[in-house]
Amino acid sequence: MHPAASVILFTASSGAGYGLLFLIALAAAFGLPLNSLYGAAASFLALGLISTGLLASTFHLGHPERAWRALSQWRSSWLSREGVAAVATYLPAGIFLLGWLFPLPEALWKASALLAALGAVATVICTGKIYASLKTIRQWHHPLVVPVYLLWGLATGALLAAALGPLGTATDSFGYLAAGGLAALLLVKPLYWSSLASAKPGSTAETATGLGGIGKVRPLDYAHTARNYVMEEMGYRVARKHARRLRGALLVSLCLALLLSLGATLTAGWLSGGLALLALACGLLGVALERWLFFAEAEHKVTLYYGATAA
Amino acid sequence: MTSLPDNPSGKQLGLVIDLDTCVGCQACVVSCKEWNTGGYPAPLTDISPYGPEPLGAWLNRVHSYEAGEGAAGRTVHFPRSCLHCAKPDCVTVCPTGASYKRAEDGIVLVDEDLCIGCGLCAWACPYGAREMDPGEKVMKKCTLCVDRIYNENLPEADRQPACVKACPSHARHFGDLADPESEVSILVAARGGYDLMPELGYQPSNKYLPPRASRAQEDGRMLEDAKPEGGFLGWLDDLLSR
Repeated sequence: MHPAASVILFTASSGAGYGLLFLIALAAAFGLPLNSLYGAAASFLALGLISTGLLASTFHLGHPERAWRALSQWRSSWLSREGVAAVATYLPAGIFLLGWLFPLPEALWKASALLAALGAVATVICTGKIYASLKTIRQWHHPLVVPVYLLWGLATGALLAAALGPLGTATDSFGYLAAGGLAALLLVKPLYWSSLASAKPGSTAETATGLGGIGKVRPLDYAHTARNYVMEEMGYRVARKHARRLRGALLVSLCLALLLSLGATLTAGWLSGGLALLALACGLLGVALERWLFFAEAEHKVTLYYGATAA
Repeated sequence: MTSLPDNPSGKQLGLVIDLDTCVGCQACVVSCKEWNTGGYPAPLTDISPYGPEPLGAWLNRVHSYEAGEGAAGRTVHFPRSCLHCAKPDCVTVCPTGASYKRAEDGIVLVDEDLCIGCGLCAWACPYGAREMDPGEKVMKKCTLCVDRIYNENLPEADRQPACVKACPSHARHFGDLADPESEVSILVAARGGYDLMPELGYQPSNKYLPPRASRAQEDGRMLEDAKPEGGFLGWLDDLLSR
């Protein structure tokens, strides 16, 4: 699958934003020690990342001016559900942000915090389900795809929350949560890769053409002499050549982010702040690499008509 | 509305494609483009059609494959277009309601005024039936020539999809595949018509008729054996080979 920069930016940025919103909202609702400067800055950053992501996602639309129509088909479409969840989350998230700046009734503010946290989780689940619901791509139609989206949201959100620490929080929880999320990704991603490697592709050039009764099927003449949309969008293969190295780079950046965020939690002062920023940088590099691989390694079944033997 | 129709009319229009007689001439491809660039999904644009790297939306593509080895091998020309599935994920993933399946005849269509061009329906289609129009920025697909088959301005004989009318080898047939008594259903039953990628459960409506078995050897169209066994020719062959 073609890894569109707008979609990678969208999923990574909004995932981190929802993760941060989730953590700050829960921390506020359960009374962790955050001052209002920290709370306001973190909530503002979370909403900024979410909005950047949603805006980026409209760049890959043919008709961005009609994007509002995507809120209508929530009964059947995960993309529509994601849009509805994202828009619905803005209301409690906005009230939660205002609560840091202006006095609001305690009950309203805490209820908004809980609803914002819930909306954040729901939106990230919908993002993952957009991909996981596609039967045409076995690398996406996999039970670990949604958990990986959630873990990235948690890990990158916690890295952000920890990096903002110097603005005014006395809690170590975010650093430990970041380390926990990164450690979980270090376990789950290799599990996902080995599960894909051992699973047999469900479709072949023979089932795609129905000509298996005659023998092995191979292309003789292509259907068109120039490129077409299907080949450009679904036939992207460049990255698979380097998949092993890129997977290695992903694991290294996850390990580094994990060690740096533990280091930041165990130290104090400017050293801790610097380590937390480095951990964040490694985590963001990791999520960009992972999302790029997620697309580039995805083998769409339509490639069976263009010379792929199994998908 | 992208939920599938609950109570289909019991009618399912579609195509039956005979891989035995298709000669890969591309006439259906060209006539499809010609009709549809002026019909329901018009315009069906091409970017730089005469330039070094043309890119355009087409609703029907004809591949050619080789299957099997040696004397058992065959060249098979393979038309590929929307199969108007009974359970099309391209419809249910659409976030806007642009992609829909008609209850009255099972045709899968795109309402271009609602399409935001997100491309998710093309991702959901294993058959590569949907192409983004590079000029219009909306998704295009086979309409089964919905603007021909019910068109009372055309003579009745022409109320068929353009590809079916254009085929010179009668490899394309159009009809109601849900009616077991229809000509297309009888043809599918007689020739063992099959579904593409049945394992995905999309339940395509269009059926493909397999190439008939090769008869070259059994009815003596091969050259005679150059080394006869027994008989006068065998004796002569032995004598002259010494």
